[in-house]
Amino acid sequence: MSRKITIEPVTRVEGHGKVTIRLDDDGKVAQARFHVVEFRGFERFVQGRPYWEIPVLVQRLCGICPVSHHLAGAKAMDIIAGVPPEKLTPTAEKIRRLMHYGQMLQSHALHFFHLASPDLLFGFDADPAIRNIIGVAKTHREIAVRGVLLRKFGQEIIKATAGKKIHGTGAIPGGVNKSLTPEERDFFLKSPAPYNIDTMIDWAQEAIQLFKKLHSENRAVLDNFAHFPSSHLSLVRRDGALDFYHGVLRAVNAEGRKVLNDVDYQDYLDYIGEEVRNFSYMKFPYLKKLGKEKGWYRVGPIARLNTCDFIPSPRAQKEFEEYKAYTNGKPNNMTLHSHWARLIEALHAAEVIKELLNDKDITGDQLVKKGKKKQEGVGLIEAPRGTLFHHYRINDDDQVTMANLIVSTTNNNQAYNEAVRLVAEEYISGKPEITEGMLNRVEVAIRAYDPCLSCATHALGQMPLEVEMYDSRGQLVDRKRK
Amino acid sequence: MPDKIKFTIDGKDCQADPGMTIYEAARASGIYIPVLCHFEGLKPVGSCRICSVRVNGRWMASCTQPVTPGMVIENTSPEVEEHRRAIIEMLFVEGNHFCPACEKSGNCELQALAYRYQIMVPQFPYLFPKKDIEAFPKFLLEHNRCVQCQRCIRAIQTPDGKKIFAMKNRSGRVRINVDRKLAASLSDEEARKAMDICPVGAILKKEVGFRVPIGQRRYDKKPIGSEIEEKR
Repeated sequence: MSRKITIEPVTRVEGHGKVTIRLDDDGKVAQARFHVVEFRGFERFVQGRPYWEIPVLVQRLCGICPVSHHLAGAKAMDIIAGVPPEKLTPTAEKIRRLMHYGQMLQSHALHFFHLASPDLLFGFDADPAIRNIIGVAKTHREIAVRGVLLRKFGQEIIKATAGKKIHGTGAIPGGVNKSLTPEERDFFLKSPAPYNIDTMIDWAQEAIQLFKKLHSENRAVLDNFAHFPSSHLSLVRRDGALDFYHGVLRAVNAEGRKVLNDVDYQDYLDYIGEEVRNFSYMKFPYLKKLGKEKGWYRVGPIARLNTCDFIPSPRAQKEFEEYKAYTNGKPNNMTLHSHWARLIEALHAAEVIKELLNDKDITGDQLVKKGKKKQEGVGLIEAPRGTLFHHYRINDDDQVTMANLIVSTTNNNQAYNEAVRLVAEEYISGKPEITEGMLNRVEVAIRAYDPCLSCATHALGQMPLEVEMYDSRGQLVDRKRK
Repeated sequence: MPDKIKFTIDGKDCQADPGMTIYEAARASGIYIPVLCHFEGLKPVGSCRICSVRVNGRWMASCTQPVTPGMVIENTSPEVEEHRRAIIEMLFVEGNHFCPACEKSGNCELQALAYRYQIMVPQFPYLFPKKDIEAFPKFLLEHNRCVQCQRCIRAIQTPDGKKIFAMKNRSGRVRINVDRKLAASLSDEEARKAMDICPVGAILKKEVGFRVPIGQRRYDKKPIGSEIEEKR
C-alpha cells in the first residue's frame, strides 16, 4: 500500500513549513518535498511607501535577523539616494558593519546552541522531551549559558548601533543616524568578564572545539548525512576575503570551479532566475548560466566558506585552514558541516567586532551623505542564513513602485528538497515502521541550513509537529501529534 | 491689574488671568490636560475633544472654554479619563496607524497619548479604511494617519496669507485637501514646519525620516505632558 507521510510543521526552525514523503507500494520513497506554507506579500504592500521608510518597514519580515533586511534595504536605498555603499562615510560604513557582525554572532549562536545542539548532543533518536534547549540547560549547563550570553552580547551590539535589539532604525539612506559614544564602546571592550568581547571570542572558539569533539566521536554520520554536490553562492570581498556586509557576487560549482566570477550585484538579474513550482510558496532561484535544472545552488555558512579564499581575521583564518584541509581544499558539500562553518563564522564575527570597537571611526560624527538621486537600486548582504537580495524601483515622487526580494532561505530551496529526499531515501525507504527518530532526521537535514521560512515567503507559525499517514487512495489512516 | 479668577481643578485651588482658557490656566498651574488639535500659538478650534473636562457637571472643551470665577473642573476623574481614552481609541481605529514603520514614531503625539493612557488594544473594531498617500514636491500627505486636527490648515500659509491646506467633504468622508499650486511654492523650511506641527505622521517632509535615533526622540525618555507636570 502506498502512503504519504506529512511532517507539519517542521520544528526548531524559524517559520512554518512542512515535509511530505510519498511511499510506493513497497514502502520505497517515491517523492519527498519541502513545502513552505506561509504567504505574506511584502513585495506588494511596500509599493507606494516613501523610499526612506523601506529599511525600517522591510525588517518587519523577521524578528530573528531583522538587521539583514534593514541593511539590505538601506544598501539599496543608498544607491537610490546617490551614495553607493563604497562612498558612505567611514563611520557610517563601520557602524553598519558592527551592527551586522553583532547580528551574525547572535543569530549563529541562537542556531547552534538553541536549535541545533540538542540533536548533536543527545542524538537524533533521543526522547523529544529532552531533545531541546531546556534539556541542554539541564545536562550541559555551561553550554546553554554560553549560548544565551553569546546571543545577548550580539543583541547588545545591535541595540547600541540601531537603538533597539529588534527592529531598530540605525541605517538610513546614505548613512546611519548614530555612532557609538565612548561609553557604549567601552562597555563592550572593558566590562568585567564574561560580558566583554575578549570572552566572547574565546567562547566562540571553544564552540568550534565542541563541534570538532562531537565530529571526532561521530564522524560517519556528520560527514555522510545529506552529503550531496551543488553549486555555492555568496558575496566575497573584492580580494576574495569572507565578507558579510559588502562585496561582489561569486559562485562556484561542486568541484570549486568559478561559475560567477566576482560580478557586480547591481546586475543580479543577468545571473539569477527565479522559478515558481506548484507545491510551495517559496520560489526556486537558479544560476541562469547553468539553467533551471542544474543551476540551483546553496547559500549560507557552508557556501560562504566554499566561495571565499580566506578569512580576514587571525583566529578564524586558522580554523578555516583546518576546515578546508578536511576536504583537501575542495568545496565542502556535507550538510552537517554547515554547523562547523557557522561556528567559524561566529568566531570571525566576534573578532571583527573587536577590531571595529577599537577603530576611532566608530565614535565619529560624519554620519550621512547625499548624492544624485537614482530611481532604482539593488542591495545585497550576507545574512546569517545566506545571500539576501533586495531590489527596488521608485517614481518621481519618491514612492516605491517595485520590490523584489530573494531571501537567503529561498536561495536554499532546492537544497532543502535535495536533503529531504536523500535522508528519506536512506532512513525511511523500505522500513516497516516509521519512528519519530526517522522523521527527526528529515528535520535535522533542514535545520542544518537554519531556514527562516517567515522571511522566505516574506510569518509567524506555531511549532507543534504533526504527522499524517495516507493510503494509496488518499484516505487518512493515522495521525500523530506531539 | 485685574483680579485673578479663582476656580478649582480636581479640588485644587487655582488662579488664572482673565481671558485664559481652562487649558491655559491648568498649564500655568502645572496641571496637564491632554490636547491633540490644539497647538500653542494657534487659534483653538476644539475639534478633537481630547481636552474635554467636566465643569460644574457639564462637558466642555478646555482649549476653547475661558475660565470663569468659581468653576469646579474635573480633569482626572475616572469618567473624564475614560472619555478621553475612548476618543484616542476611536482615532486609532478610524485610521491605519502602523507605528512600527512610521517615521513619526517616538515623536507622535497620538502614539504618546496612547502610551500615557496605556492603551493596549482598542475597545472598538478596526475599520481599516481605504486611504491613500498623496505626493507633493516637498512632502507626502499620508491620509492613512491623518486625524483631521486642522493644525496644518491654521499654521501653514503663503507669505501673502493664502492657506495651503483645507478641509474637503464632510463627516466621515472629511479629508485634508492641498492646493497643489501653492504647495509647489512651499520652501524647505515651511515644509519642515508643516511636518513638525502635524501631531501624527501624516505630513512627511521628504528625506528626513528616521534621522533622529531611538533614545533621542521627543517621547523616548518622558511621557507626553510631563513637561507641564514638572512645573507644578
